[in-house]
Amino acid sequence: MTGSPLVRFEGVSKRFSDVAAVDGVSLDIAEGEFFALLGPSGCGKTTLMRMLAGFVAPDAGRILLYGQDIAALPPHKRPSSMMFQTYALFPHLSVEQNVGFGLKQQGWDKAKAAARVEEMLSLVRLEGLNRRKPDQLSGGQKQRVALARALAPGPKILLLDEPLAALDRKLREDTQLELKAMQRRLGVTFMIVTHDQDEAMVVADRMAVMRAGQVAQVGPPREVYERPASRYVAEFIGEANLFPDGSGWRAVRPERMELSLKAAKGALAGEVAEIAYFGDRTRYVVRAAGKTLIASRANLGPPLALAVGDAVWVSYAADAAVALSS
Amino acid sequence: MRRSWLAALAPYAWLLVFFAFPFLLVAKLSLSHTVLAIPPYAPQFDLSRGWPGFKAFLAGLSGETYGRLTRDPLYILSYLSSLKFAGLATAILLLIGYPIAYGMSRFAPAQRQVLLMAVILPFWTSFLIRIYAWIAILKPAGLLNQALGALHIAPLTLLNTDAGVLIGLVYAYLPFMVLPLYAVLEKQDESLIEAACDLGCTPAQAFWKVTFPLSLPGVAAGALLCLIPMVGEFVIPDLLGGSDTLMLGRTIWTEFFSDRDWPAASAVAIVLLATLIAPIAWFQRQQRKVLS
Repeated sequence: MTGSPLVRFEGVSKRFSDVAAVDGVSLDIAEGEFFALLGPSGCGKTTLMRMLAGFVAPDAGRILLYGQDIAALPPHKRPSSMMFQTYALFPHLSVEQNVGFGLKQQGWDKAKAAARVEEMLSLVRLEGLNRRKPDQLSGGQKQRVALARALAPGPKILLLDEPLAALDRKLREDTQLELKAMQRRLGVTFMIVTHDQDEAMVVADRMAVMRAGQVAQVGPPREVYERPASRYVAEFIGEANLFPDGSGWRAVRPERMELSLKAAKGALAGEVAEIAYFGDRTRYVVRAAGKTLIASRANLGPPLALAVGDAVWVSYAADAAVALSS
Repeated sequence: MRRSWLAALAPYAWLLVFFAFPFLLVAKLSLSHTVLAIPPYAPQFDLSRGWPGFKAFLAGLSGETYGRLTRDPLYILSYLSSLKFAGLATAILLLIGYPIAYGMSRFAPAQRQVLLMAVILPFWTSFLIRIYAWIAILKPAGLLNQALGALHIAPLTLLNTDAGVLIGLVYAYLPFMVLPLYAVLEKQDESLIEAACDLGCTPAQAFWKVTFPLSLPGVAAGALLCLIPMVGEFVIPDLLGGSDTLMLGRTIWTEFFSDRDWPAASAVAIVLLATLIAPIAWFQRQQRKVLS
């Protein structure tokens, strides 16, 4: 990252009654990047985003925008826009009134605002639905109106709170790619909150994995996946085979595990417990040395001549193992 | 199958017995004329005289009483005066009830239950006793004037005045305004307000652009729930109003019991019902729109 960040969280904390929802989080988000906050429910990711939007005030720490503390700014003065998990479309307003709501508040000229609404509706491919009411839209259409409404006023940063959670799987996967392409084209900074690791990996330039109010690891998806810093991250992002390593652990991803039908030097002898076929890959569960190991094999050629109950030898290359800090 | 048929018929049976039948009785009364007898009207509906008797009964009915209603200004004046009282009280109720309902809906769910209880609590005491209590508060040497006297403020004359009637109406109907408003405000999605603020609204703007328009079904429900029965209210104007307080409920009572003019009383009641049907029908349509 070069230059000063767009948003900087500095030791931000928030307690709800006696639970620390966010606990001393420091993060930088660069201008123009797609940043994901990833973690299980209750990890504080949504609270962190709501503090940036201004709906929750931090108990400690500072939130800086372009280096300026924004603690004193109420939500309506912050240059961020939020897309809500429930979409929060105004049910008494039409699609175009919803999309134009922020423009009207900013005092845009009527003709300019109308043109901007059209531009936003074509961006999300909803042309012609201007006069529909939210309850006349499908879930996917509502999601796109919410996106258009949040983008219309030209925010410095778009906050997406579990934006795709209500969509079915196929639509969700398509929309992830669309969001990613849209963000790249517009150049607007996006910050997404999600509990879905695949979603975070698909869309994000960088992601922060959160746990119990703290940031467990920050980095590009590839780095977080391939170089997990802790056992928690290794197990939360994808699957990991863990081996004792002195006082700590080593992690090996399933696709780095090698299966052999014959005994080999350094390989663990085991027995196939389960085989699952996924089309592009096959997932093997192997019991070896009292452990349950997972191996994933790309289906590039003929399948391995293995059935449940067969003997198998498992090994991994030295560079496939990552030492975990905890 | 049989059971569900019975269940579907139950509300119609209820309406027939407790609404349609009494309504027809009152309608029939309004088309008869007064006589010095017991009961004090004619013609009488007597099944024992068979078909000729029924024909004579039909021939005896006339709309003359309705003609009388239009000629005597008393009826029109008391109708207008009732509308004025009910309309004014409804406006005051909205101004008082909306902030109460809105405030209640802002509390945490557990506290809301307590507040809801507090709104319903007055119903546990007899309506009549509560209105009598207002006499004790409003009378010249009553609680209110004692309190004002202690503060060295001149006493107010409220009992047996139009102001007294308004106070009574507003007091008695407040729960009927608060409850429907609370019902719509309480289930309003908090994230709508956040979205409005996020898009540049101050909290006050968010209220007027989102909260208030979305609460209009509750405003309509509360207003009609108060307005309609208040137009025909009898007890409050009778106990708290002055001798010159004109309201339809009192007019009907006077016709029935003082003048023994049952047809006129019935005709006034029918006209009242007929003019209230329009707002009720409008309200029903609004409710259907909200539900669909």
